[in-house]
Amino acid sequence: MTDDENVLSIEALTVDLPPWADRPHAVEGVSLALRRNEILCVVGESGSGKSVMARSVLGLSTSRHVQPSAGRILYAGEDLLKAAPERMRAVRGSRIAMIFQEPMTALNPVLTIGQQIEEAVAVHVRISRDERRRKVLDMLAAVQLPDPARIHAAYPHQVSGGQRQRAMIAMALMLEPDILIADEPTTALDVTTQAQVLALIREMQRKRQMAVLFITHDFGVVAEIADRIAVMQHGKLVEHGPAADILERPQHPYTRALLAAVPDLASAPARHDFDSAEVALKVSGLQKSYRSKGIFRAAATKTVHAAKDVAIQIRRGETVGIVGESGSGKSTVARCIARLVEPDAGEIRVGDVDFGRLSQRALRPKRNRIQMVFQDPYGSLDPRQSVGSLIAEGPRIHGATAEASRQRAIELLMLVGLDARSADRFPHEFSGGQRQRIGLARALALDPDVLIADEPVSALDVSVQAQVLRLLADIRERLGLSVLFITHDLRVAGQVCDSIAVMRYGEIVEFGRTETVFNAPVHPYTQALFAAVPGRDWSLRRSAAAKRQHP
Amino acid sequence: MRGVRYVAWRLALGVVTILVIVVLNFALLHLAPGDAADVLAGEAGAATPEYMVQLRQKFGLDQPTYVQLAVYLKRVATLDLGYSFRHGMAVTDLILGRLGPTLLLMLTVFAISVGSGIALGAVAARNVNRWSDHMLSMLAIVAYATPVFWAGLMAIVVFSIKFGWFPTSGIEQIGAFNEGWTRIGDIAHHLVLPALTLSLFYIALYTRLMRASVLDQYAMDYVTTARAKGLTERQIARRHVLRNAVLPVLTMAGVQFGGLLGGAVVVETVFGWPGLGLLAYESLFARDINLLLGIFFISACLVVVVNLLVDLSYSLLDPRIELN
Amino acid sequence: MRAFLKRFVRHRPAVLGLVILLAVTAFALLAPAIHPASPFSLIGKPFQAPFGEYLFGTDQLGRDLAAALLYGARTTLLIGLVATAIAVLVGVTIGGLAGYYGGRIDSWLMRLTEIFQTIPFFLFAILLLAVLTPSIGNVILAIAVVSWPPMARLVRGEFIAMRDREFVLACISMGMSHSRIILRHILPNTLSSIIVTASLMVATAILIESSLSFLGLSDPNVMSWGFIIGAGRTAIRSAWWVCAIPGIAILLTVMAINLVGEGLNDALNPRLRTL
Repeated sequence: MTDDENVLSIEALTVDLPPWADRPHAVEGVSLALRRNEILCVVGESGSGKSVMARSVLGLSTSRHVQPSAGRILYAGEDLLKAAPERMRAVRGSRIAMIFQEPMTALNPVLTIGQQIEEAVAVHVRISRDERRRKVLDMLAAVQLPDPARIHAAYPHQVSGGQRQRAMIAMALMLEPDILIADEPTTALDVTTQAQVLALIREMQRKRQMAVLFITHDFGVVAEIADRIAVMQHGKLVEHGPAADILERPQHPYTRALLAAVPDLASAPARHDFDSAEVALKVSGLQKSYRSKGIFRAAATKTVHAAKDVAIQIRRGETVGIVGESGSGKSTVARCIARLVEPDAGEIRVGDVDFGRLSQRALRPKRNRIQMVFQDPYGSLDPRQSVGSLIAEGPRIHGATAEASRQRAIELLMLVGLDARSADRFPHEFSGGQRQRIGLARALALDPDVLIADEPVSALDVSVQAQVLRLLADIRERLGLSVLFITHDLRVAGQVCDSIAVMRYGEIVEFGRTETVFNAPVHPYTQALFAAVPGRDWSLRRSAAAKRQHP
Repeated sequence: MRGVRYVAWRLALGVVTILVIVVLNFALLHLAPGDAADVLAGEAGAATPEYMVQLRQKFGLDQPTYVQLAVYLKRVATLDLGYSFRHGMAVTDLILGRLGPTLLLMLTVFAISVGSGIALGAVAARNVNRWSDHMLSMLAIVAYATPVFWAGLMAIVVFSIKFGWFPTSGIEQIGAFNEGWTRIGDIAHHLVLPALTLSLFYIALYTRLMRASVLDQYAMDYVTTARAKGLTERQIARRHVLRNAVLPVLTMAGVQFGGLLGGAVVVETVFGWPGLGLLAYESLFARDINLLLGIFFISACLVVVVNLLVDLSYSLLDPRIELN
Repeated sequence: MRAFLKRFVRHRPAVLGLVILLAVTAFALLAPAIHPASPFSLIGKPFQAPFGEYLFGTDQLGRDLAAALLYGARTTLLIGLVATAIAVLVGVTIGGLAGYYGGRIDSWLMRLTEIFQTIPFFLFAILLLAVLTPSIGNVILAIAVVSWPPMARLVRGEFIAMRDREFVLACISMGMSHSRIILRHILPNTLSSIIVTASLMVATAILIESSLSFLGLSDPNVMSWGFIIGAGRTAIRSAWWVCAIPGIAILLTVMAINLVGEGLNDALNPRLRTL
C-alpha cells in the first residue's frame, strides 16, 4: 500500500504514565496506519493502552499525567502531536471526529441534544440558524432515529441509550470528517441495540468512504465489522493484519490465547441426563412488579412487570441459565429466588423447604440453602474485612466455631485456586478475577443446595473470564452443585448451561435444552437474539471447523 | 398538572412544619419560668393587673392543656401574636415593621456572597494548584473560621473608628431626614459594613463549593466530548461547565437561608441595624419571651416559603429534576 | 494505620492545625495550674494594654485577660466536643435507621429531620436558652439539638448507597442479622465520612457557642471567649484588645479544627489515582 493511501499514520508512539503507575508507559512504540475507506479494529483487554492511543490522536488524554513522549501521528502531512492548539481545534470535530463509550455521561445533561449537535456545526462553519437546524434534523433521520424533531428538543436523560449513541454518531458525522474514532461505542449497549448501531456505523462508513478507527475488547464485534485488526497488549502492538488473517491464522501467542478464550456460539456437549435426578429448585408463578410512586394515586403510575408468572426447575447437579437483555427481569428473578427482593407472589421450593413462604425470622437459618455469586468484583466484597473472615463469616453466624470456620475458609480458598495465605489479605490486593473466585468461595462456605450466579463473569476480561468459567465447571462437577446461571452473553450460556430460559419483559419466552435452543430456536425473540450476536458467522465457522477436527 | 400537585404537596408539608413549630412554641411557653400569663404579657410587671386578668381568661389558663393549645393555635392562625407593652404595639405589627431592614440586609448578603463565591470559585478552579488558587483557599479558610460578631467588631474598630470611612451603627443618619436618592445613598452607606461582615463566611463557603464543583465538572465525560468537537476552553467553560457547576452552589445557598437569619441576629446586634435580629436581641435582654416566640414563628414561616421557592426554581434550572 | 498517619502528615496545613489544637488543649488542661485563681477575680487596674504587667492586659473590670483566655479554652473545647458527640450520636442513629430500613421509617425520620432543618437554628438556640436559662448543660443541649440534622442526612445517604452494594446483599443472603450487618459491615465503611463531618461539626459548635455567649447566653459561672468579647463591647473605643484578642483565639481554634478535618479527609479517603 502506498503512503497516500494512509489517511492517518501513527509512528512509534509512546505515551508516558505518571510515576506511581504500575508500568512506565501506557503505549510503547506503537506504529499503525489507518487507510482510507476501511474499518480498523484495535482490540485488547483492559490496560492494553488502546483507549489511550486513540485519545492521543486528538490530544484528548484524560489526565495531564498521561502525555505522549515520543513518536509522530501524521494526518494530512502534519504531525498532530506537534500541532498548535488552534490547529487541533480546527481538526477536531470537522476532519477527525470521535465517539465514546457512555452516551449518558458523554452528553451535557442540561442542554438539549439538538443544541449540542448544532454546537458541533457552529464551532466550525458559519451558516444561518435555520440552515443549521435543517442539517441536524436531516442527520438525525440519516442515523435512523424516529421523530428527529422530538430527539432534537429532548434532553439526554429523556431518550434511551441506543438513541443517545445514534445521536452521538450524528454529531460526529455532521461535518463529514475523514476519520471517525470510536472508543468502545457499543460496549454499554444491549446485544440487539449493539447490532443495530454496528450496522449503522458500517453503513455510514461505506456511504462516506470514511476511515474508522474502532476500539473494542470484544472479538465478536471485531469479527462483525473489521476490515483490518490490530492487537494490543500492555501498551505494545502485538500483531496486525487483514481481518481474515488474524481471525483464522493468528501468529502471535497472545492473539492465539485471546481467540481461544472466546467461547464459540454453540452448545457445549451435553453432560449427563438430568431427567432422573431429584428436583433441587422449583419455582412457579413468580411475580414481581414495581410501581413508580405518584403522590396522588390517580396520577399516571407506571407499573413495570419485572417478573410475570415465571417458572423454573433445576434438577440436582444441573445448570440452568437465564438469558436476557437489560430490563428483561433476569436479575430480578434471581434476587427474588434468593429472597433479596421480596416477590409479590409465587412458590420457591428448595428440596423440602418452602423457601418462598418462610417469615423473615424463619428464613435466616435456612438461607444457607440458596447462595449467590455477584457480578461486580469490586462491590461484592467488604473492603474492610480480610478475605478469610469474609468467607468464614457465613459458617460463623450459623453456629460454627471460629476455628472451624477459619479452617473451612482456607479449604475453600485452595479449592478456588488461591493460596492459603490469601486469608489474611484484603480485597483490594486482588485482581478482578481473583475477587470473583473469593466470592465463589464465600458462596460455597455454607454448602448450599442451589448456587445462583448473577452475571459472574460479565465484568471480567475475556481471558480471565475463561479461567473463572473453567473453575466453575470444575467445582460444580466435583460438588454436584445445582446452579442458576444468569447472563446476557449467549456464548457464555452455551458453554456453561445444560438448559436455557430466554427472558424478555419479565416473561420466559423460550425454555429448553441448550442444544435445542441453540440449534433450533422457536420464539422469534430468541431468533432475533441469536441473529444480533456480533460475529456470529465467524463463531459458527469456528465451531464447524473445530467439529471437523474433533468429530 | 404535576407541577401544581407538587406545589400543593410542598405547601401541605410547609403547613405541617409550621404547625409543629407552633406546638413547639407552645411547649416552650410553658417551660419558661413563671406563669404562662406572665410570659405572654411580656416583661414581668409591665402590664396592668386588669390586662393580666383578661389574659388569663382569654387563654383559659385554668383549662386543660389541649384547650389552651387550641386557643393558642387559633390565635397564631389569625396572626395575633400578642402585645408588647415596652414598644406599645401589637407584636405582629412590630415584627412586620422591622422585617424590611432585615430582608434588605439578607438579600444584599445573598447577592454578594453567591455572586462573589461563584466568580472566585471559578477563578480558583481555573488556576488550580497555582499560587492564586492557594491564596484563595487560604483566605477562604480564615474567613470560614472567623466568628461573625468579632469580624463586625473589628470592622468597626478599623473602618469606622480608626479610618472613619463608615458609620458605626444604624441604618441611616438620625435627624438628617433625607429624602429620595440621598436617603437611599445614606442607607447604602450604612449597609456596607454589616453586609460585608455577614457575607464573609458565605463567600468562603460558596467559593470552596464552586471550586470543587467546577473541578468535578471538568472531570466529566461531556467535557471531553466538547473538546472533541473542537470548542475552545473558554467556550467549554462558559457554555458547558459553569452551567452545571453552579447548581450545587445554588442548592447550598437555598439551604443556608435559615443560617443567614441567625447571622442577621448577630450582625444587627453589633451594628445596631434596626431589623428583626436586633429586635430579637432586645427582647432577649428584656426577657420578653413572647416577642421572641413571635419572631421565631415569623422567621420559620419565612424559611418555609423560601425553601419552596428554591425547590421550584431549582427544577427550572436542572432539566433532570422533574417535579414529582 | 501507619499508611493513614503517613498520608495525614503529608498535608502540611493539617499538621499546623493539629499543633495549634494540641496547644489549645494543653492550655485548657493546664489552666488551673497556670492561674489558680478564678478568671473572674479582679486582680488589677482596668483597661491595661497588653504586653504590660499582664500579657494580654485587663478588661473593663480589671480581670486578667490571659486568665480569661485560658479558662475560656476549657469551656470552648468542652462544649464543642460534648455537643458534637451528642449530635453525632443522634444523627448517626436517625440517619442510619432511616437509610438502612427505608420505607415508612425513612419517610417519618426524614420528615422529622426536614422540620428540624427548616427551623432557623440560631434563633431556636437563643429561644431555648432564653426559656431554659443559660447553664453549661443547656448550652450543650441547645447546640446539639440544632446540629444533628446535617449528620443524619449524610449518614442516611451513605447507608442508602451501602445498602444496595453487593457485599451487603451477600451478607443478607447469608442470613446475617440486621444489627451485625450495620455494625460490622456498613458502619465501618461509613466511618471515615462520619469522622470528617464530626470534626467540622466541632468547629461549627464552637462558632455557635461563642455567638451565644457574645449575646449574653452563656453560663454566668463559666468563663467563655464569646462572653469576654460581648462584655468588652462597650469599651471598644478605648480597650479594643478586650474584643480583639479572644476573637483571634476563636479564629485560630476553629481554623485549626477545619485544617485537621481536611487532613483527615485526605488521609481517610485517598483520592484514587486514575489515569
